[in-house]
Amino acid sequence: MDPLRLSAVSIAYGVRQALCHVSLDVPAGALVALVGPNGSGKSSLLHAIAGTVTPQSGTIHLGDTALTTLTATARARLVASVPQSARLAEGFSVAEVVMMGRMPHIDPWRGSRHHDAAIVAEAMHAAGIESLADRWVGQLSGGEQQRVLIARALAQQPRVLLLDEATAHLDVHHQISILGLVRTLAHQGRVVLAALHDLNLAALYADHLVLLAHGTVLASGPPAQVLTAALIEQAFGVSVIIATHPFHGTPLVMLRDR
Amino acid sequence: MRLALRRGIGRHVATPAPVWPVVLLGSVLVVGAAGIAVLVGSVMIPPAAIGALLWRAVAGGGHDPWPATYATILFDIRLPRIALMILTGAALASSGAAYQGLFRNPLADPYLIGAAAGAGLGAVLSATLRLSMPALPLAAVPFGAFFGAALTVAAVYALGRVGGATPVSTLLLAGVALSALLSAATIYLLLRQARQASYILAFLLGGYAGGGWEAPRVVAPFVVIGFVVLYHCRRELNVLSFDDHQAQQLGVDVGRARLRIIIAATLMTGAAVAFSGLVGFIGLIVPHMARLLIGADHRRLLPLAALGGAASLVLADTLARSVVAPEELPLGVITAVAGVPFFLWVLRRARGAAFF
Repeated sequence: MDPLRLSAVSIAYGVRQALCHVSLDVPAGALVALVGPNGSGKSSLLHAIAGTVTPQSGTIHLGDTALTTLTATARARLVASVPQSARLAEGFSVAEVVMMGRMPHIDPWRGSRHHDAAIVAEAMHAAGIESLADRWVGQLSGGEQQRVLIARALAQQPRVLLLDEATAHLDVHHQISILGLVRTLAHQGRVVLAALHDLNLAALYADHLVLLAHGTVLASGPPAQVLTAALIEQAFGVSVIIATHPFHGTPLVMLRDR
Repeated sequence: MRLALRRGIGRHVATPAPVWPVVLLGSVLVVGAAGIAVLVGSVMIPPAAIGALLWRAVAGGGHDPWPATYATILFDIRLPRIALMILTGAALASSGAAYQGLFRNPLADPYLIGAAAGAGLGAVLSATLRLSMPALPLAAVPFGAFFGAALTVAAVYALGRVGGATPVSTLLLAGVALSALLSAATIYLLLRQARQASYILAFLLGGYAGGGWEAPRVVAPFVVIGFVVLYHCRRELNVLSFDDHQAQQLGVDVGRARLRIIIAATLMTGAAVAFSGLVGFIGLIVPHMARLLIGADHRRLLPLAALGGAASLVLADTLARSVVAPEELPLGVITAVAGVPFFLWVLRRARGAAFF
């Protein structure tokens, strides 16, 4: 149950500074949502943790392990990512795509073993897609494809699960069912960090929010502390009214026409 | 058939389909094609004689009532030719399958990033050189073709490198650009060397150039080692056919995997075309047909493409030497004329199924 710890992480693309000395502790066992406007650095932060972008400075540790020193394979055994809407090449069955999650664990000379198949079956069960195992991924709906990607990430048996707007293109039904699944996965003891656009979904499902703006952490804490009218105005430049969800007691962000 | 191959027999559906059914199917195709090829030729050898001669070669001993020329034709002409076609077909189709995945492009074939243009120029250069230096052995041409292919792909890889990475798109464009340049040079040399023109044209169209067992013996290690490397990269190819970020997040060192695959495919392709010429279409069409049949998982696609390519090229070569016997048609003409309509028919029937 080691936390993920970022210390003074900076990322620049050319002259544009995407992240400025971001330090952040992400505890295991809680769903942590990353919110903030477009270009605030949410994706860059996730890429830095996944290793697809190399930070200019700073360190990222999982417990005592410095993630930045690991090989791609060793890192993929610890960290899994669910992209927003990944390109899923045609011609693969769902089971084949989920088996790809076993890649960092499989010795290429020996191939997959029985326990890999068992882990793949378990991951498909957890993501609720075991009935789709033999379907082509290209023929699935957006929500089903997103579940396939979550199952693939689970098959990696990661200690850190990253989701980059994983529900952005889905209807409310699928958003809610996937976020519910992700929260369950977090409460089982993983480090789960999810970038979310929808502040109300974040308030409803996340245990902890991190608000980013201009590449820095503006606020971090339980939803009620982060989703205040002042902080949202500061981050997004819009004025909102904060109410309380009549059923869950979480903050409810209401937009106002200018 | 498609469904049975996908599911395997009695397989629990939650696991990816097994590899052995496609290896079995591919092997049956290769043995069948070789069986036809060994029977066809300008000299009709009775099947019983072929069977007995083969058995004697394996088991030894015995005396046979057939003319001695039968053994010569079988062991020195037909079998080495079939062996070379098996190796060439397997090399082109498995490299084509790997490139289609690696470049995420249905138009990719083993010649995509300069192997063909380089082999063509290498062949025409060494043939030109032989004119002025007759002491050079005939083997200078395959030698030139192989190194032309390898050097061109290496140059394309170096040119496609930007900022420490080698993106698929720049690699592809560098390959197209350099291929155009080298092809222009080849055509120019060809025009100047009218005496060698028909020989070089035959190379560019593909076809068996003789050489007995020497050719398959030289090509075999390249093809076997190349295929082992490609098969070793089968899971990397699967995730690389998605995108680079996903591949990296699943633990693939993208740059190194891509380089390994390109080196393996280039060595296989270069060795194969050095002796068989620039056979077209096999490396483009066979992988697609295999994909339509069993899907895109390279665990199963690579073996089926290799064996399907071997069987297809053995059949194409049999046609090439029998359609207008005793003349021979260029192999590339057969693969185009017979392969393309068949491919289009399969494509239209399979519309909407697993394709790119």
